[in-house]
Amino acid sequence: MTTTVADVNDAPSRPARTAAAFSPAALLRSHGSLLLIAALAVMLLVWAPNSLSVFRLGNLGKYCSWALAAVGIGLAWGRGGMLVLGQGVFFGLGGYAMAMHMKLEAAGPGRVPDFMELYGDSTMPLWWEPFRSGPFTLFAIVALPALVSFVMGYAVLKRGVKGAYFAILTQAMAVAFATLLVATIKQTGGFNGLNTFTTFFGQNLYDPAVQKNLYLITAGMLIVCLVVVWQFNRSRYGELLVATRDAEERVRFLGYDPANIKLVAFMTAAVMASIGGAMFAPLVGIISPSDVNATASIMMIAGVALGGRASLLGPAVGAIAVGFGQSALSERFPTNWVYFQGGLFVVVILLLPGGIASVGAKVRDLRPRRRPAALTVTEAEVVA
Amino acid sequence: MTASFRGEDYLEVGGLTVDFDGFKAVDGVDLTLLQGRLHFLIGPNGAGKTTLVDALTGLVNGTGRASFRGHDLLGMKAHEIVRLGIGRTFQTATVFDQLSVVQNLDIAAGLHRKAWTRMRARRRVPEVVEEALETIGLAALAERPAGILAHGQKQWLEVGMLLVQDAKVMFLDETVAGMSSEEREQTGALLQRIVADRTIVVIEHDMEFMRSYADIVTVMHGGTVLAEGSVAEIQADPQVQEVYLGTATEVSVDA
Repeated sequence: MTTTVADVNDAPSRPARTAAAFSPAALLRSHGSLLLIAALAVMLLVWAPNSLSVFRLGNLGKYCSWALAAVGIGLAWGRGGMLVLGQGVFFGLGGYAMAMHMKLEAAGPGRVPDFMELYGDSTMPLWWEPFRSGPFTLFAIVALPALVSFVMGYAVLKRGVKGAYFAILTQAMAVAFATLLVATIKQTGGFNGLNTFTTFFGQNLYDPAVQKNLYLITAGMLIVCLVVVWQFNRSRYGELLVATRDAEERVRFLGYDPANIKLVAFMTAAVMASIGGAMFAPLVGIISPSDVNATASIMMIAGVALGGRASLLGPAVGAIAVGFGQSALSERFPTNWVYFQGGLFVVVILLLPGGIASVGAKVRDLRPRRRPAALTVTEAEVVA
Repeated sequence: MTASFRGEDYLEVGGLTVDFDGFKAVDGVDLTLLQGRLHFLIGPNGAGKTTLVDALTGLVNGTGRASFRGHDLLGMKAHEIVRLGIGRTFQTATVFDQLSVVQNLDIAAGLHRKAWTRMRARRRVPEVVEEALETIGLAALAERPAGILAHGQKQWLEVGMLLVQDAKVMFLDETVAGMSSEEREQTGALLQRIVADRTIVVIEHDMEFMRSYADIVTVMHGGTVLAEGSVAEIQADPQVQEVYLGTATEVSVDA
């Protein structure tokens, strides 16, 4: 390439940059992803409630609660390069916060949850008390994971821990969290977790209309989080996050502290997982250590990898697909589902590292090129 | 802030030593880098040039003094030094291949933005980025991914990134290595255009490039400063001749 400074300046494509601002093509490129979110919103919020039974809807709601965690993982892992293997912790923080509130609602004013009478001496730990308040619980569902992820993220990321070491640390956190839950049966219900809820903010959980609303809230939250991540991705912060993922040291020499950039994504992912957990508890009627431990955390990752971690919709769609597959296959082959899941994970990593979301680009690559399209493919990846 | 320092910016290095477990890669270097001069840092491989720059930009720990605008750079973190107005490039161009030229420049310009404004998308190309695009001559390639740029263009983009981050001191590590002679000329001209209100330090092996554009040359050898002066003075220096003839052939080949 022998372009000189002079003839580059005189090149005719110069005005295209400013004129492109109002063309429909440019609008589609910058906002096209919103259309995809809208399509998903119509499916989840209009089609599904009108077509599925309440039971199926409840299942879909459960997948959506996993998808909420997955959307956050897509941001932290796909965009930020942090393999978060312990999102179960944050899923659990939200789930247990909501479950504690519902247990206290079921117990009634001044009473303690039933399992504390069963396993303990009917005294309630002081830190349960604030969760009698609905507004406090909602606040805690956001604030608790934000705080925990900040403390953990600050300690780990500021020291420059990354890659496999970061993944192992988060995984260890999930193991420790589940172990702690199992060990504190008098305070958290132990291995059985928290279950047998009756009401959700005063609404009867056995009422199909309430169950449907629970689903709608969860699906709605999923759409909101997708829009949030869409805005993240298109913002300057999103560019910075990708830049940090690809060349952390280079970003440092642009005057940014990479730890702060990653911390924002890590905290956002934690809060999204927590919201997912908070909806999981009333939808499924139980939250237990097996929903938040290392295995559950890896389940969340599997959906993200399957869907395409760096794409916008990939993580959510992947998580819903894995959830659906788990239900469908485990009904037929109860003990073998885990092999399917493992196999799927291996196949995706080997053959389709970009997940389902990259199938389109793969197919395009296979077709003979009519014009040199290499450039537009790369651009599409950056924009998507 | 820029105006108050005009013409009087300098970076003062005193007794700078970088010790790698007993091996002194840089050993008691004194150096004054003045604004408005193209300052070339030359020397054989292993002379400590890059290590010196690493120490001044927070990549390795050094002892001694390195003051710029009342701050001691040694002990500061890399990104804090950048925020102070000291930028650098690396021997291999490290632009963000997946991002466009504009995005690369925009990210570099972002360090002076408030954190919360980064949550918004870029609506139009900022003026400072437009200016830099013109200066480095990549305006026509603005929307192209940086990965498709030619080697020389990547290095210009790196210089552009330093321009938009408003670096008052620029350390350029072997920027023209691997460039065609035409590209070298353009690079030299580019540096001459932008050097007026900043301090530019060029680490270089290319003697012809140095002879054409250096205002002042510092020769390093074995971690210490061997000589400093104009191109003519350096070339006449018997010590410099000995070092180059004894350990490397670059001078004799080019001369």
